[in-house]
Amino acid sequence: MMLKIENLHASIEDNEILRGLNLELNAGEVHAIMGPNGSGKSTLANVLIGREGYDVSGSVRFQGQDLLALSPEDRAAAGVFLAFQHPVEIPGVGNLYFMRTALNSLRRQRGQDELDPVDFLALAQERMELVEMDQSFMSRSVNEGFSGGEKKRNEILQMAILEPKLAILDETDSGLDIDALRVVANGVNALRSEGRGMLVITHHQRLLDYIVPDRVHVMAAGQIVRSGDKDLALELEKHGYAGMTQQHSQASRVPVGATL
Amino acid sequence: MSAPVTTTGISDEVRDLANQEYRYGFVTDLDTDVAPKGLNEDIIALISAKKNEPDWLLESRLRAYRHWITLAEPTWQHVAYAPIDYQDIIYYAAPKPKKQVASMDEVDPELREMFDKLGISLGEQERLSGVAVDAIVDSVSVATTFKKKLADVGVIFCSFSEAVQNHPDLVRRYLGSVVPYKDNFFACLNAAVFTDGSFCYIPKGVHCPMELSTYFRINAADTGQFERTLIIAEEGAYVSYLEGCTAPVRDKNQLHAAVVELVALQDAQIKYSTVQNWYPGDADGNGGVYNFVTKRGMAAGRNSKISWTQVETGSAITWKYPGVILKGDNSVGEFYSVALTSRHQQADTGSKMVHLGKNTRSTIISKAISAGHGQNTYRGLVGIRHSATGARNFTQCDSLLIGKDCGAHTFPYVEVKNPTGQVEHEASTSKIGEEQLLYCRQRGIPEEEAVSMIVNGFCREVFKKLPMEFAVEAQKLLTVSLEGAVG
Repeated sequence: MMLKIENLHASIEDNEILRGLNLELNAGEVHAIMGPNGSGKSTLANVLIGREGYDVSGSVRFQGQDLLALSPEDRAAAGVFLAFQHPVEIPGVGNLYFMRTALNSLRRQRGQDELDPVDFLALAQERMELVEMDQSFMSRSVNEGFSGGEKKRNEILQMAILEPKLAILDETDSGLDIDALRVVANGVNALRSEGRGMLVITHHQRLLDYIVPDRVHVMAAGQIVRSGDKDLALELEKHGYAGMTQQHSQASRVPVGATL
Repeated sequence: MSAPVTTTGISDEVRDLANQEYRYGFVTDLDTDVAPKGLNEDIIALISAKKNEPDWLLESRLRAYRHWITLAEPTWQHVAYAPIDYQDIIYYAAPKPKKQVASMDEVDPELREMFDKLGISLGEQERLSGVAVDAIVDSVSVATTFKKKLADVGVIFCSFSEAVQNHPDLVRRYLGSVVPYKDNFFACLNAAVFTDGSFCYIPKGVHCPMELSTYFRINAADTGQFERTLIIAEEGAYVSYLEGCTAPVRDKNQLHAAVVELVALQDAQIKYSTVQNWYPGDADGNGGVYNFVTKRGMAAGRNSKISWTQVETGSAITWKYPGVILKGDNSVGEFYSVALTSRHQQADTGSKMVHLGKNTRSTIISKAISAGHGQNTYRGLVGIRHSATGARNFTQCDSLLIGKDCGAHTFPYVEVKNPTGQVEHEASTSKIGEEQLLYCRQRGIPEEEAVSMIVNGFCREVFKKLPMEFAVEAQKLLTVSLEGAVG
């Protein structure tokens, strides 16, 4: 088991957002997490990477480690990566330099040798092809002046360079036109591997036409209310979240922590 | 759902600056020739006599002194400090030379060692970087490197005292021509008591073959440092000049009131860069240097250009407004600044651009970073006079706040007397982004390194203007100064 989340609660200023969430993910699997706005999808991503400001309880084991006890950078070193929904701009910091610093920080924390700029450039160039980015992006400041699609591609590029064990994609499809979506999805698919797990958070079934998941989970009111194979996403599209939420109100009678 | 905005996070995360040790805080045990404390006409006569100055210079000092005693210290700046007792300061301190030195190899080994510790080599043969250095300890220039090589192309680079002896006509002609003694309280004090500094003269049409650099060091206790620097670029000449400063850790405040004057004639260009790292005081705000400095350039000739670039990370208080008087038609003035205040440091700094000539252009880029209890003020004056038809200015002031106990302030003054003048002012203030920090950390970059990276990015526009060697030093300095700012 790569990731095991048990009875996860998270609240922010007395507002409980995650309410006893359970999830298990094996290495090599891609799980989709779907759900309406406000169901807690992004909060789950934030809690997994260690964003501050939440009161968190419950257990998250990542490769046997207590993930919640680690700082954000230590979680990154352990192999957790988030493709942000809204990647932030960092003016004056070159994209290539940023990625090299990130990779070398991870390598350092793992006791590996750092890559020199020449070797890193070769690596970056190879990975850039995956997301069809050209070199001009690398000399620009991190995300500065990037279009929405460029930012998302830049996230996937970082994922390709940093090679995480667990990749969380937070609404990577939002704001993308169909061509950009295809590019991003191709990049993600190329990075699927036996040793890597992925959590694909999305609002729309559309993305799952391109990134076909092994499991689909539906979130509502801070819990996973249904899990199934990829057909669940199609069912969801047919019936909408309303149908699921109804089932959730039945499910919520089940004791907290019970597996649905 | 979008990421929640939290009110905790960084402001909790960022604590006051830890007592990061100031790396240049050591004291060197030098045998020093010191004048008694206090200021009066006798002390000024003593300074002048020590330096074997001509009568006109003594007269000029006394004239300044007599004016100075009628002046009151300025209070308009946005800084706070206890009154300075000007009678409790030593106005002349000089390391005693063991003997007259004929070459660099004969410089007092203790002095050489001190500069080695500072990372400045006074041995010419060891310097591969092609930078000529004038080293000034307390009030006296102790060594100037590469003099001969520079003399071969007609460049004069020496201590101010030497220039008074060997080039009195040039000194007399230009001293006080850009910053007259009546200019302000501290400049007036300097005109009365200045002890040494650098002098630099680039003859007509000469592109100075190497960077010139002055390294200032305050060593003696209770000593004020009052240097005077004068740089003259004749028609078509070019020079790039660097200035670095450090001081030992002292629990009392030390006064540093320097004056720098630049003169650029037709088609001449002067680039003046400063990395100021005077002792900033301890974590509780005790001690540190008061850096009250007047720096001004006269873009006297047509098409002349003067650029100031400064990186200010040290000093308890910084009070300086490097400016340019754009007198020649089509002349250009530039000011690029990074000012960092952490601990209890205060900075009131900016630029003064006065447009007199036609089609003159000026640019001001100011980047202020505040951390800890630091207070950072940008103060700038852009003046476009009647005669300055077609003059243009662009000013950009950006402030970055780290933590919740610091402050940033902006006081731009604009005076436009010619209707064709164009003045643009842009200003921004941002908190170092929680989002930016999280983004970096999520990628595995530790928090302190992330802060340093974000801050260096914020300053990149200015660092690009520094000579390569200095740019690297400036980045390191910023990183060191920010250590302990988080976590």
